[in-house]
Amino acid sequence: MNIVVLVKQVPDSGLARQLDDQLRVDRNGANNVMGELDEYAVEAALQLKEAHGGEVTVLTLGPSQATETVRKTLAMGADKALHIEDDAVGGSDALATSKILAAALGRLEWDLVIAGAESTDSGMGIMPQMLAARTGVPALTGARKIDTDGTAITVEHQRANGYDVLTASLPAIVSVWDTINTPRYPSLKGIMAAKRKPVETLALSDLGVDAAEVGPSGANNEVLSAAERPPRTAGQIVTDEGQGGTALAEFLAAEKFI
Amino acid sequence: MTDILVYVPNSSKHAAEVLTLARSLGDVAAIAFDDAAASLAGEYGAAKVHKVEAAGVDDYFVDPKATVLIDLVRQSTPGFFLLPSTDEGKALAARVAVALETGLLTDVSGLEADGTATQDAFAGATVVKSKATKGFTLATVKQGALDPAPAPGSPAVETVTANVAESDQRVRVAERVDEPAGDRPNLAEARIVVSGGRGVGSSEDFALVERVADALGGAVGASRAATDAGYYPHKFQVGQTGTTVSPQLYLAVGISGAIQHRAGMQTSRTIVAVNKDADAPIFGMADFGVVGDLFEILPQALEAIEKRK
Ligand SMILES: Cc1cc2nc3c(=O)[nH]c(=O)nc-3n(C[C@H](O)[C@H](O)[C@H](O)COP(=O)(O)OP(=O)(O)OC[C@H]3O[C@@H](n4cnc5c(N)ncnc54)[C@H](O)[C@@H]3O)c2cc1C
Ligand SMILES: Nc1ncnc2c1ncn2[C@@H]1O[C@H](COP(=O)(O)O)[C@@H](O)[C@H]1O
Repeated sequence: MNIVVLVKQVPDSGLARQLDDQLRVDRNGANNVMGELDEYAVEAALQLKEAHGGEVTVLTLGPSQATETVRKTLAMGADKALHIEDDAVGGSDALATSKILAAALGRLEWDLVIAGAESTDSGMGIMPQMLAARTGVPALTGARKIDTDGTAITVEHQRANGYDVLTASLPAIVSVWDTINTPRYPSLKGIMAAKRKPVETLALSDLGVDAAEVGPSGANNEVLSAAERPPRTAGQIVTDEGQGGTALAEFLAAEKFI
Repeated sequence: MTDILVYVPNSSKHAAEVLTLARSLGDVAAIAFDDAAASLAGEYGAAKVHKVEAAGVDDYFVDPKATVLIDLVRQSTPGFFLLPSTDEGKALAARVAVALETGLLTDVSGLEADGTATQDAFAGATVVKSKATKGFTLATVKQGALDPAPAPGSPAVETVTANVAESDQRVRVAERVDEPAGDRPNLAEARIVVSGGRGVGSSEDFALVERVADALGGAVGASRAATDAGYYPHKFQVGQTGTTVSPQLYLAVGISGAIQHRAGMQTSRTIVAVNKDADAPIFGMADFGVVGDLFEILPQALEAIEKRK
């Protein structure tokens, strides 16, 4: 079974992030990491490969520094990668991104595409459904569990108060939450082996995507302005010296919560 | 006035919020697949309801509803099409965006009549204003963006009959498993949320968090460290990859306040924290905080709460 995993490099969501002077996500800092949910997608793909055989191909769209993310997925155990890199891509909206990724998927052979449920920078959580619409295959998004026999696929779609069991035939697109597995760390051997694994880099023209359809000129939305959220006004902090619980209850009563 | 198309999935508070926001922009035409949703639309001021009758629509995931919505948007050429920012709402919006080649704004917390949207970026650290530059405004509205305000009316109801095409029967919903909701208020909608983190230390000790929640009539939440450790079920996780809450009171105990946790609770009106580390980031956003051991503080607070009741 051949699997394509979609990974996006993002600024670390645990650290301060910002927009650049063009109001785009600032990707020039040193804090870029693999999309935190995409690690779970890679792990899910590797586990399916271990069970069913086949190849895992990583697909990413991003600037040259996204190579580091690609290397990490190869070190985890993916077999090869396709990196779409083109200066015209910066400033693309989700719709344009989906056009490019769909074109790239068209060049690869796959039975299953696995993505993160959402990227942790823009965090829209829509790319897998957009790609399903463009490639014409079924989408089973928001999975916390995947089962497949190589022909059909069953996932548990996570909901706030339970889950739905979804079934479809392959080929299909799945997206995963962080409840699905525990991603492995690359081993030293994996890191060494990754250096020899093939990474193909393609530009928009190789995919037959018109640069005018993407980037700021192709965007359907515009960011007008951005501002730091004003910090909350400092509250009252007391140290417990035997009265902490009473003080807490008094505050709650004063605010009419009791 | 511009026509505002709204997808109403059910009779939740979130759906009422989207209807309330939509009403401030123009005349609302709601799309409802069942009676509960249709009657909510009437209660929250829709001028019109497209009541869809599509046998079997719930047996399949996303596709059949997407087809109905795409058709209705094509026919009614609205100024806005708004959906709740839930997994389903976003999935449907993504389908509409591709089918109509239109932009999509997700998780908006505000919208003005000229189409300017307010969105949070970076887990709420940055507030962005954005706008669709082509076509109509397609947006999903974040839970808790505003207080729902009823405006009962008697909308014109138009029945739309749709068949589920074979091409939309690809992803079958084989089973729906609802985990028992319990007696406590729904986490996403609760007025009071009491959340425990890694500091609670065990699943047994989460009973203490539950007792505080029950004394206040609130819901129980948890940080990811607590759900990952198995102290509390994952569905109660608050934060970026869990539920977003916006209660009147958020009481965080034994939670450090990581960015990903804050993403799910920072719009709470009043934030209270109990943590033994005076430098925990959660204190930086708390209206009231107690530095100390939660196993000393909570039992004492419970006693004081019971006395006051
Ligand atoms: C992609 C991604 C998504 C994430 N999504 C989420 C999410 O949705 N929700 C979420 O919560 N996190 C999320 N996280 C994890 C997040 O980064 C933090 O790891 C997590 O929030 C920490 O939980 P915590 O505060 O309970 O644990 P810790 O950070 O370990 O804090 C425990 C706190 O308890 C205090 N404490 C310990 N004992 C006591 C005691 N006896 N009395 C009082 N205080 C005590 C300690 O001082 C400490 O401050 C995500 C991370 C990533 C990478
Ligand atoms: N530029 C990209 N390159 C590769 N995969 C992507 C890209 N953008 C989004 N994805 C995939 O789509 C998922 C959801 O992204 P989003 O809709 O942006 O939240 C991510 O977790 C990735 O798996």
